[in-house]
Amino acid sequence: MSAPIIRVEGLGKQFILHHKQRERYTALRDVLAERARSLFRSGGEKPGSTEFWALKDLSFDIHPGDRVGIIGRNGAGKSTLLKILSRIVDPTTGRVTIDGRLSSLLEVGTGFHPELSGRENIYLNGAILGMSRKEIASKFDEIVAFAEVERFLDTPVKRYSSGMYVRLAFAVAAHLEPEILVVDEVLAVGDSEFQRKCLGKMKEVAMGGRTILFVSHNMAAIQNLCSTAIYLKHGQLVSQGATGEVISTYLQDTGAAARVDLASRTDRQGNGAIRFTGFYLSDDRGQELAAAQSGSSVVFNFDIAANATSLRNLEVAMGIDDQYGQRITHLSNEVSGQAFPTADGTTRIRIRIPHCPLRNGNYTFTIFSKVNGEIADYLLNAGGFHVESGDFFGTGKTPAEDQGTFFVDHSFAIA
Amino acid sequence: MVRQRVVIEPGSGSQHYWRDLWQYKGLLLFLAWRDVAVRYKQTSIGVLWAVVRPTLTIGAMWFIGWLFGSTVPEGTPRILMVCAATLPWQFFATSFSETAGSLIANSNLLTKVYFPRLILPFSTVLVSAIDFVVAFLIMVVLMVVYAYVPGPEVLLLPVFILLTLVSSLGVGLLIASLNVKYRDFRYVVPFVVQFGLYITPVAFTSQDVFANPSVPDVVKYLYACNPMVAVIDGFRYCLFGASQTIHWTGFAISCGISVLMLIVGIVHFRRTERGFADII
Repeated sequence: MSAPIIRVEGLGKQFILHHKQRERYTALRDVLAERARSLFRSGGEKPGSTEFWALKDLSFDIHPGDRVGIIGRNGAGKSTLLKILSRIVDPTTGRVTIDGRLSSLLEVGTGFHPELSGRENIYLNGAILGMSRKEIASKFDEIVAFAEVERFLDTPVKRYSSGMYVRLAFAVAAHLEPEILVVDEVLAVGDSEFQRKCLGKMKEVAMGGRTILFVSHNMAAIQNLCSTAIYLKHGQLVSQGATGEVISTYLQDTGAAARVDLASRTDRQGNGAIRFTGFYLSDDRGQELAAAQSGSSVVFNFDIAANATSLRNLEVAMGIDDQYGQRITHLSNEVSGQAFPTADGTTRIRIRIPHCPLRNGNYTFTIFSKVNGEIADYLLNAGGFHVESGDFFGTGKTPAEDQGTFFVDHSFAIA
Repeated sequence: MVRQRVVIEPGSGSQHYWRDLWQYKGLLLFLAWRDVAVRYKQTSIGVLWAVVRPTLTIGAMWFIGWLFGSTVPEGTPRILMVCAATLPWQFFATSFSETAGSLIANSNLLTKVYFPRLILPFSTVLVSAIDFVVAFLIMVVLMVVYAYVPGPEVLLLPVFILLTLVSSLGVGLLIASLNVKYRDFRYVVPFVVQFGLYITPVAFTSQDVFANPSVPDVVKYLYACNPMVAVIDGFRYCLFGASQTIHWTGFAISCGISVLMLIVGIVHFRRTERGFADII
């Protein structure tokens, strides 16, 4: 394996939080007063402040050509990490070694000036992002075409619509050509059409063999763009590895409350030959999941308790509703053609969806079972589960949000 | 492309800071260009402001000097003497106040992009220098009107322009970096500019102070501590030559303070620079 292009060793970043301070800056008066007061105090502890480690003892290597997704919940230290790598803030401990030209894109349109025209802002923003005048000039037409602002090049950007503004800003950034590109959540701007275009451009850049660090909450984008991923939690590294595995670790970890207890439910119907007692999601290996993901396989697990001595002709059906209570689909062993003439000793029913077609969102389900032709247990709105966005088509692209509630595998041909 | 290795460690800063600064000269020019381009947008007389303001100041200063009868060497029109002082003073005042506010004004850049932070104050100084060049036309016009031709000393003028830069940058850098943490300093800036005009020989001349027997020595030395004293005496020397008497001790003190301030300013700026993004 080649030498790492970025090596992070024992990195830590500490912030001191001042509780009593209301203003966002220090006034000299307060500092002087504080100094005077502390003369009369014996303890060394500064009052009203606590230490907070945004990053703690973080170590990892990134190799040339890696496309690394950085995931984690808000406040996990992702942005702080990027800021340290970009040399904007200093770490408190540790060391980072970077072998190559690194450009970072932490915000779209940094340094744009409202009074300047589109043309002028392209040059200005390019310079701020570290491009030379020559580089910008050679990419100028490409940038303008990408942003679709040809007609407004000489209009001050303060007269631009917010969409045009964002397009122009992203276009400049997208034409950076460093060895290492660091991108914060910047795709969450613009309309979905433009977001897709941005993602496509990012992918093009990524495939060019450059090293990329990419922070996003959009798992589909991460999965599609990145070869490996890093999962941060409370400023520490939880896992690093292949994107799929890291994402599933993350999904398992976030909100483990995906288990639904059904044993205590009283609003049920049926003769009670079996009772559903619990529900959870898992992957193919039986590993429990916090959420399903579009395009990945998911297993709905129902724990059951049998009260009858023998279970003959077990039938189970599950109805799935979207967040508006609209029935989306119905799963049953009758339609799947799997009969269970005898099911004695069964403790769990597993329903597997190989290629989850549901969009990200919250869903509720109703569960129903028959034993020997009679309704055994029936729970209306038994519980819910969550689906995270994912790369259903394996292309990194998904239809716009308003284009339906689920995905259908399909192919095109021309004749 | 040359592979460059960057090591980021607590408090290390950049190992090649000054080389980086040179590499980022393009950004410096762009930022200066931005400020120039934006400055007179949506104004009707535009760049004329760079002439109107000093002209009015020159008029007022001339009036005060005339009223109190400050000394003017034989054969030199008073208005030229005042002009030779007002231009560097305004250069100092704008470059100092713009520099002092440069970090706060660009806080969005500081928290999102890396570049050697000295770029920001440097670019604002450049912008003030452009204003200075425009305003210098007033001097040229006045010289033509009074048919005054400066002697060979005028060749030394760039030295004193540089000295103006040094004195404004030194104080400006110090205040700029303090301003990031202590916003008190934004009240200091207008005060310094206003107060400075009274203790700087714009309406009067250094001759009025140094050659006046009723001024105690200690006051003369205090007066010489003002970095702008050397600048303005120098400007007047360059433009009006031999007719000027330079008080060399005062001149040396003033120059020394300028250079000292620059060193202090840069050292303090460099020392606090790494924390700017954390506290701004």
